[in-house]
Amino acid sequence: MSELVIENLWKEYDSQIVLERISLTIASRSFVALVGPSGCGKSTFLRILLGQEQATRGKILVDGQPLPAEPGAERGVVFQQYSVFPHLTVLGNVLLGKEFSDAGIKAKLFGAAKRNAISEAKAMIEDVGLGGAEDKYPSQLSGGMRQRLALAQALMMKPKVLLLDEPFGALDPGIRADIHTLMKRLWNQTQMTIVMVTHDLREAFTLASRVIAFERPRDRPEEREGYGATITKDHEIWPPRVAGVASNYRPPGEGK
Amino acid sequence: MLLPFMVLVVAYSIGSTIRLADNPNDKLLPGLLGFGEAIQRMAFTADPHTGEILLWSDTKASLFRIFCGLGISTVLALAVGMVIGMLPHVRALLAPFVAAIAMVPPLALLPILFIVLGLGETSKIALIVIGIAPTMMRELAMRAQELPREQIIKAETLSGNSWQIALRVFLPQILPRLITSMRLQLGPAWLFLIAAEAISSDSGLGYRIFLVRRYLAMDVIFPYVGWITLLAVLTSLLLDQFRKWIFPWSELEAAP
Ligand SMILES: Nc1ncnc2c1ncn2[C@@H]1O[C@H](COP(=O)(O)OP(=O)(O)OP(=O)(O)O)[C@@H](O)[C@H]1O
Ligand SMILES: [Mg+2]
Repeated sequence: MSELVIENLWKEYDSQIVLERISLTIASRSFVALVGPSGCGKSTFLRILLGQEQATRGKILVDGQPLPAEPGAERGVVFQQYSVFPHLTVLGNVLLGKEFSDAGIKAKLFGAAKRNAISEAKAMIEDVGLGGAEDKYPSQLSGGMRQRLALAQALMMKPKVLLLDEPFGALDPGIRADIHTLMKRLWNQTQMTIVMVTHDLREAFTLASRVIAFERPRDRPEEREGYGATITKDHEIWPPRVAGVASNYRPPGEGK
Repeated sequence: MLLPFMVLVVAYSIGSTIRLADNPNDKLLPGLLGFGEAIQRMAFTADPHTGEILLWSDTKASLFRIFCGLGISTVLALAVGMVIGMLPHVRALLAPFVAAIAMVPPLALLPILFIVLGLGETSKIALIVIGIAPTMMRELAMRAQELPREQIIKAETLSGNSWQIALRVFLPQILPRLITSMRLQLGPAWLFLIAAEAISSDSGLGYRIFLVRRYLAMDVIFPYVGWITLLAVLTSLLLDQFRKWIFPWSELEAAP
């Protein structure tokens, strides 16, 4: 279970207000797509959820508990770029989380613990469709494969919340469709609540169970500093999409 | 690849032949035969006074100094560079200091080193360290700083603590740069070594060159210069092979 409650959140940088009056309850296991014009604060909001930055005002609760102030294993993340480690192979990347959490000061596993971690990692690599590429380095992968790797790496930690910042924004349409299929399956299989920032409305409506738009209600140049963006649209997909429950309905034109 | 070297040898022979035709006792551009004799004397015949083969004892003395200097500089650069690059507070404190130190002309410090540390090995090694360590530190700190913030956040969401992140994310990505930085500092390291040996020493390649300069012994100086160059080139090649062998990913095209 991982319900997110955001109460009257504000974010200011120096004198500039970026976000204001954001109140939102995200049900456990929902898939929220966050859309909005460039520069309206979507990434900022995601960074606050991640713990990378602090809100100026307001509260965020995860299952009733205040959000931990630093990024940690309960929240996974995939960025558009730089989400995987160039010096580790596919297997090394997927193993890293286990090595951090289980191996302490040496940050490397040995013996039986290592064998178990490797077989778990290999299953995960297989699951995201990277089977056979275990020994490749990220620079030897295509963009789509790298994002699959970033997903696998994050999923190994079994996060309660998965945060995605335009994860598929740089991919070709065909590759994007494949990775959407994977994304849906992962959402259905796991217990995660997902928040995804995207520029692509189609992607938002293809994947999400709920689409939320941020916008600045006042966006004249002289008003930019004093007014931030807030939620202007909040749209539940109908008929409802529920994680783990097969839905026969497909929006028109959706692949697969 | 060999062509420019051959052109150089031919051009030299022509110059030397012309000068020797004018004056058979000319010492400035000895003929290739003259080199052969000098090499025979320096590299394959024991010196009557010391019973040692001079080229080898000189090489041993110089290599010992240069590798001590390089080794100490590398360890210093790794420690200081990582700390400056990873910890913003330390960076604010130390970076200007290192930048200023890097501007001190090391040769101007040589008299101080001789006075404080004596004329032995310590002052020569210290000169090399003072000459190259600040540059290496700055280079490494820059590389550590350049690591995308996303990588560190990602590592935190994989439950890595600061120590683990330093060990598994920063260190392995910095080490190949350290080796490259060592290679680039080989030239300056030799420069400082030869300067120190020229001024005060009783052995070493630089010492020998400046000793025989008094007799205009170009037949010794030229082979010595060639030998030093060869040593530097070989060291550089070996270091680069070592990097490719240990860090194969650093050779791949940088991942976007
Ligand atoms: N560290 C920061 N310091 C000051 N201002 C910042 C900082 N980070 C973001 N901003 C400002 O906050 C606003 C929102 O930025 P953000 O990156 O969240 O937008 P975004 O909605 O993700 O845009 P895009 O769709 O282009 O990615 C921008 O005006 C930006 O200039
Ligand atoms: Mg953004």
